[in-house]
Amino acid sequence: MADLEELYREIILDHYRSPRNRGELTGEAALRAEGFNPLCGDEILVTLHVDDGTVTDIKISGQGCSISQSSASLMSAAVKGKPVAEVRKTIETFKTLMTVHEAQLEDAGDAPEPEPVDLRTLGELAALQGVVKFPMRIKCATLGWNTLAQALDDASL
Amino acid sequence: MTDTSPLDVTAVRRDFPLLSRESHGRRISYLDTAASSLPPHAVVEAMDHYYETTHANVHRGVYETAEEATRLFESARTTIGRFLGAPDPAREIVFTRNTTESINLLARTWGEQHLGEDDAVVLTLMEHHANIVPWQMLAERTGVELRFLGLDDQLRLDLSNLDELLDGAKLLSVTAMSNVLGTVNAIGPLAAAAHAAGALIHVDGAQAALHLPHDVAALDIDFLSLSGHKMLGPTGIGVLWGRAELLADLPPFLGGGGMILDVRTDRFIPADAPQRFEAGTPPIAEAVGLAEAVRYISGLGVETIHAHESMLTTYALDRLEAAFGDGITIYGPPAGPDRGGVISFELGDVHAHDIAQILDSVGVCVRPGHHCAKPLMRHLGVQAAARASFGPYSGHDDVDALVAGLQQATTVFL
Ligand SMILES: Cc1ncc(COP(=O)(O)O)c(C=O)c1O
Repeated sequence: MADLEELYREIILDHYRSPRNRGELTGEAALRAEGFNPLCGDEILVTLHVDDGTVTDIKISGQGCSISQSSASLMSAAVKGKPVAEVRKTIETFKTLMTVHEAQLEDAGDAPEPEPVDLRTLGELAALQGVVKFPMRIKCATLGWNTLAQALDDASL
Repeated sequence: MTDTSPLDVTAVRRDFPLLSRESHGRRISYLDTAASSLPPHAVVEAMDHYYETTHANVHRGVYETAEEATRLFESARTTIGRFLGAPDPAREIVFTRNTTESINLLARTWGEQHLGEDDAVVLTLMEHHANIVPWQMLAERTGVELRFLGLDDQLRLDLSNLDELLDGAKLLSVTAMSNVLGTVNAIGPLAAAAHAAGALIHVDGAQAALHLPHDVAALDIDFLSLSGHKMLGPTGIGVLWGRAELLADLPPFLGGGGMILDVRTDRFIPADAPQRFEAGTPPIAEAVGLAEAVRYISGLGVETIHAHESMLTTYALDRLEAAFGDGITIYGPPAGPDRGGVISFELGDVHAHDIAQILDSVGVCVRPGHHCAKPLMRHLGVQAAARASFGPYSGHDDVDALVAGLQQATTVFL
């Protein structure tokens, strides 16, 4: 039960109930990528504007569970207005947060412990750390992030 | 409590060791039988006993244990065939890995042999992907047309245009019971309609095998597919039953040892059915386990299991309605003889994945998602549903745990 409360933190429920930056940017200038989680059928569409190396706007649409939806919402709030280089770094940090624990869960034996993530650098995103105790949900949490990375990759940014 | 069950669930549960474990400190409520049923101890013991006293490869050795292994394997074929009402088990029961492989086998052999551009196969909107994708793959290769029978507003098959769809079709392939809706399809009349139109009928029996009486001869069907793990047996074994004269004419499926009469450098002669379709070392211990599962099911009585699950389904539908009213959407026909023990639902704004997670924390095992039936989910306009499903070991207390867990989910997401 304690784990469950860590999973469903108030911030997560809040972003699930009232997702930020919901919608879709249209027009030629918008970068876009679609992501799917075939396991549970979650779908996400990330659209964004990048001007002068900065993410000036981002919108999220799609359907999914509280974890995938809130994670994408938190992500949109975290990256909006940030330079692409910083966004890339945040994506990496977030994914490390998810994989560090994955390695721990698997009891990696003698393998060197990956560098722990400094949660202070993550701000509100740290609320998602409870997810890592639920390995099946990690894919939900990272769906939006992988999709954003895909959109940047596609535009060679 | 409602009606008393014809099954003594407490006694039945003693046969299923897994049910005595806890999950997150609670009694486990296993409500995922539609995905895979639990094996009774007798099945595990039969397989252990086989491995520890008898194991050898079949059909080759002449030493004592090899002969015993062959005898056990072939008698498993007979036991399973009798359970299905097959007139000639030794020639009609093909062992596969699972229902999925059985249907692929059928599509690749019978389908490739009989179906071309001018032909059609009739499926239904409630099929599992296992009874859709192999036919789509066949259609890509041969150009055969696929037609889909729709559903009525109570989520039963809409038979109003059946004859039209069957016109010019060579096969009707339909599930005996939906793994999402719990709808039980009346196979006898479907078989009669198919035959009247000059088509054959294949029945996906994966969901029905444990819960519904079936007799391939009485139903007058042509092919039937099953999975061992959905009928109290082990994983790794499935069955394709086909009428002897139909199997006899089919080309081989996979090539290798065990499926031939003779091999030269430039050709091979395939063995007769069913060996023709069983290339390589078959699932021997699994066949022994499945035969034991079939004996166990017969011991309880399929009709008794069905009556028990019907009663439990009625109880669950009533309790869910009473507890959540308009807040819950249940997909499937109302309780009744054609409603099996599978309940898929959406609960307000709580996503199925979150429902399953919260239920897990109180020891209740249900499944979220599309249940490998995406065309059906699209038809329902549902992205993901949670599904609870019953077996002979399920009881009122499991339904009560489900309802209590769902009440908790609604408070988390209030
Ligand atoms: C109706 C139906 N058909 C086919 C299958 C596929 O069974 P298997 O995965 O054992 O091949 C399932 C399993 O969920 C099913 O419910």
